[in-house]
Amino acid sequence: MKYRHIIFANIFRKKMRLLLTLGSFTVAMFLFGLLAVVRTAFVGGVDVAGADRLVTINKTSIIQPLPLSYKERLLRIKGVKAVTYANWFGGIYQDERNFFANFAIDKDTYFEMYPEFVIPPDQKQAFMEDREGAVVGKQLAERFGWKVGDRIPIKGTIFPGTWDFNIRAIYEGKRAQDDTSQLWFRWDYFEERKPFQKGFVGWYTIRVEDPGESVNVVKAIDDTFANSPWETKTDTEKAFAASWVKQMGNIQFLINTIGAVVFFTLLLVTGNTMAIAVRERIRELAVLKAIGFSDKFVLFLVIAESLFVAVLGGALGLGLAKLMTLGGDPTRGMMPIFYLSPPAVTIGAILAIGVGILAAIIPATTAMRLRVVEALRRV
Amino acid sequence: MAIPLSYNIRSLKVRWASTVVAILGIAGSVGVFVAMLSLARGFKATLVSSGSRDNAIIRRAGATSEMESAITVDQIRVVEDATGIKRGPQGVLVSPEVVVVAAFPLKSSGTDANVQVRGVSPVVLQVRESVKMIQGRFFQPGLNELIVGKNANRSYSNLDLGSTIKFGGGTWTVVGIFDAGGSAFDSEVWCDTNVLNQVYKRPQNIFQSATVKLTSPDAFNAFKDALTADPRLTVQVDREIEYYEKQSRQLTTLITVLGAIIAAVMGIGAVFGALNTMYSAVSERAREIATMRALGFGSGSVVTSFVFESLCIAFIGGALGCIAVLPLNGLTTGAMNWQTFSHLAFAFKITPALLLGGIVFSLMMGLIGGVPPAMRAARQTISVALREL
Repeated sequence: MKYRHIIFANIFRKKMRLLLTLGSFTVAMFLFGLLAVVRTAFVGGVDVAGADRLVTINKTSIIQPLPLSYKERLLRIKGVKAVTYANWFGGIYQDERNFFANFAIDKDTYFEMYPEFVIPPDQKQAFMEDREGAVVGKQLAERFGWKVGDRIPIKGTIFPGTWDFNIRAIYEGKRAQDDTSQLWFRWDYFEERKPFQKGFVGWYTIRVEDPGESVNVVKAIDDTFANSPWETKTDTEKAFAASWVKQMGNIQFLINTIGAVVFFTLLLVTGNTMAIAVRERIRELAVLKAIGFSDKFVLFLVIAESLFVAVLGGALGLGLAKLMTLGGDPTRGMMPIFYLSPPAVTIGAILAIGVGILAAIIPATTAMRLRVVEALRRV
Repeated sequence: MAIPLSYNIRSLKVRWASTVVAILGIAGSVGVFVAMLSLARGFKATLVSSGSRDNAIIRRAGATSEMESAITVDQIRVVEDATGIKRGPQGVLVSPEVVVVAAFPLKSSGTDANVQVRGVSPVVLQVRESVKMIQGRFFQPGLNELIVGKNANRSYSNLDLGSTIKFGGGTWTVVGIFDAGGSAFDSEVWCDTNVLNQVYKRPQNIFQSATVKLTSPDAFNAFKDALTADPRLTVQVDREIEYYEKQSRQLTTLITVLGAIIAAVMGIGAVFGALNTMYSAVSERAREIATMRALGFGSGSVVTSFVFESLCIAFIGGALGCIAVLPLNGLTTGAMNWQTFSHLAFAFKITPALLLGGIVFSLMMGLIGGVPPAMRAARQTISVALREL
C-alpha cells in the first residue's frame, strides 16, 4: 500500500497513547471472550444435545426413580430405536468441593447412544471385563492426575459406603464442547451393591428413528405410562438441557448486560483517543489537504489508524481469552464445558472492527470537513 | 505551595469529553463489581437466614445434604429424649422432615422448575419461629394439604390459595401461604411428613433430617456431644445456620470468583482509560504546567494537583456506578441450588459496606491511573515545555 508510511508514522507518533488505547481494547476483547466462555459453560449443554435423543424421567421429578422394567416396554414403542439408562450416583472424591458428575451406566447400550464420546477399543474392552471398572473423562483425569489402572475411592452420599473403582478407560469428546469431566461405572455392580431402589433407574435416554417424528414418540411414551404408579415425562434432550439452563436464572441477561456496558465504555475510550489524535494534528491534516490530498484520503487516514488499533487489540484480547481456556476450568468443576467457541470468535472479530470504525467516524468526518484556511490559521 | 484545587475542577469542565469518558469507564467497572458481589451476597443471605442459631439439624453421618440423608423413627425417638431441647405445649420441639423435589411450571416462562417439597411435623412453626402464616391456615395432619412459601406462591402456577394440584401420585389442596422472612423456605412447599411419605411410596418410618429447637444457642455443644456419643445413633449434628451457610458456599464462590475476575479485568480497562485521559491532559497542558512551575509551584504540588484531578474523576465514576446499580437492591431473581437440585428465589442485596467497597475500588483505579501521568507532568523540563508548540 502506497500510504503505509504515513499511516504508521501517525500511529506510532505517541507510543504511550497507542499502548494505552491498545491496552483498553485488548482488555475489553478479552472480557468479551471471557463472557462468551462463561455463557457457553452455562448454556452449552443445550448445544451438545443430540437431535435424535429423548430423555425420559419420572413425571414427579428427576430425583424420583423409574422401574427398570420400563426398558422393554420402551423398546416396543413405535419409532424408538435404542434405549439406555443411567443413575445419578452423587459420590465425592476426597472432599465435597471436588464436585464432578458420576453415574452408573449400562455398559452394553450406553456407548452406542453417545457416539460423541470416544474410548480406545482396548480400554473399552478392559472396562467390559472389570465389574469395578470405571470410565473417566480426559479433563477429569487430568484434574486429579488419574491414569488407567488407578484404583480410586469414591464416597457415596446417596448410596452409603466407600466405593472403590478401577479406572479402565479414559474418554475424549469428539468436539471441544463435549463434557469430559464425568465418571461412569457399571450398572450391574451398582445394582448389586446399592441397598435400596433395586430394580429402578434414574432416567432413560432414547434414540428415535426419525428426529422429525420426535413429538409423536414423546407422546406415545408418556401415554404408555400414564396412570401407572410411575408416570413419565419425556422431552427431547435439547429441551431437557434447556430446562436446567432456565432454572439457572437470568445468567444470560446478566452476561449480556455486562457485555453491553463493556462495549459502550470501549467505544467511548477509543472514540475519545481518536478525537484527541485528530485534534492534535489538525494543522498537519490541513497541510495534507492544502498540498492536494483529497477529503476522502484524510477520512481514510483516520479510519485506518483506528482500525489498526481495533484489529490488533481484538486479536490480542481474543487470543488471550483462548489462551486462558487452555488452562482449564478455574472454578474446579463447576463449569465442565470451558472453551471459546468459534462463533464467539467471529462475533468478537466483527465487533472489534465495528467499534474501530464507529469510534473513528466523528473525528474522521471532522478531519474531512476541515476548512484548510481556518485550520492553518489556528494554533 | 499548593496549586489551588479549583484549577483542576475547572480543567475537568473544560475537557468535558475526555472527563466523561473516563468517568463512564470507571462507573461501568464499579457497577459490575457491586452488582456481582451483591448477587452473591443475596444468595448467601437467603440461605443463611434460613437457619437460626438455636436450632440444630440432625442428619445421617456422611450425608452432605438433607437430600442424601436418612434417619429412622427409632433414632428420632432417641433424639427426642436428649437434654437441651425446648418444650412447647405439645411436647419437645422436634420436626422430623422429608424433602422431595417436584416439578411445577414457572409463571414467568411456563417451563417446569424443581420445587422443594418438605414434609414437616405439626410443631414446625414453633421450631422455626421466623416462619409465619400470612394467608389461610396451617395444614391439618393426615390430610393432603399444602402450605406454600410466598416466593413459591408468586413464582409458580397453581399454587394459589384454594387451588388443587397433582403431584407424586396424590391430589393436594393449597390451604395456606407462609412468609419465611426472605429465607430459602419461601421457595418451598410444605405438607405433613407422613402424608408425603405415603404419597411418594417411601417407607413410613424413615425421615431425612430432624430439626430441633434448643433451649438456647449455648446448649448446642452439649446436645451435639450427647448425640454423637450415643451408640444407638450414627448421625451428624450441625447448627442450622452453619448447615445453610455451607449449602450456599458453592454458588456464592462461583459468583464471587466470576464477579471478581470480570471486575478486575474491567478495572484494568478503566485504568487504561484513566491513564489515557490523564496523559493527554498532561500533554495538552504542557505549557500551562511549565508556566506554573516557572511561577514557583514545586513539582510536589504539580503531582498532588494531577492526582487530585484523577481521584475526582474516579470518585465521580465510582459514585455514579454505585447509584446506577442501586435500583437492583431487593430485585428478586432465581437460581438453581445445586445442593438440592431445586430452584431458589433470592434478591440482590446491596449493603453500605459493598457501596463503600465500590468507592474504594474506584479510588484505587484513580490512583493507579493518575500517578504516572502526574509524575510525568512534574518531571518535564520547564524550558523545553515552554518552547513547545
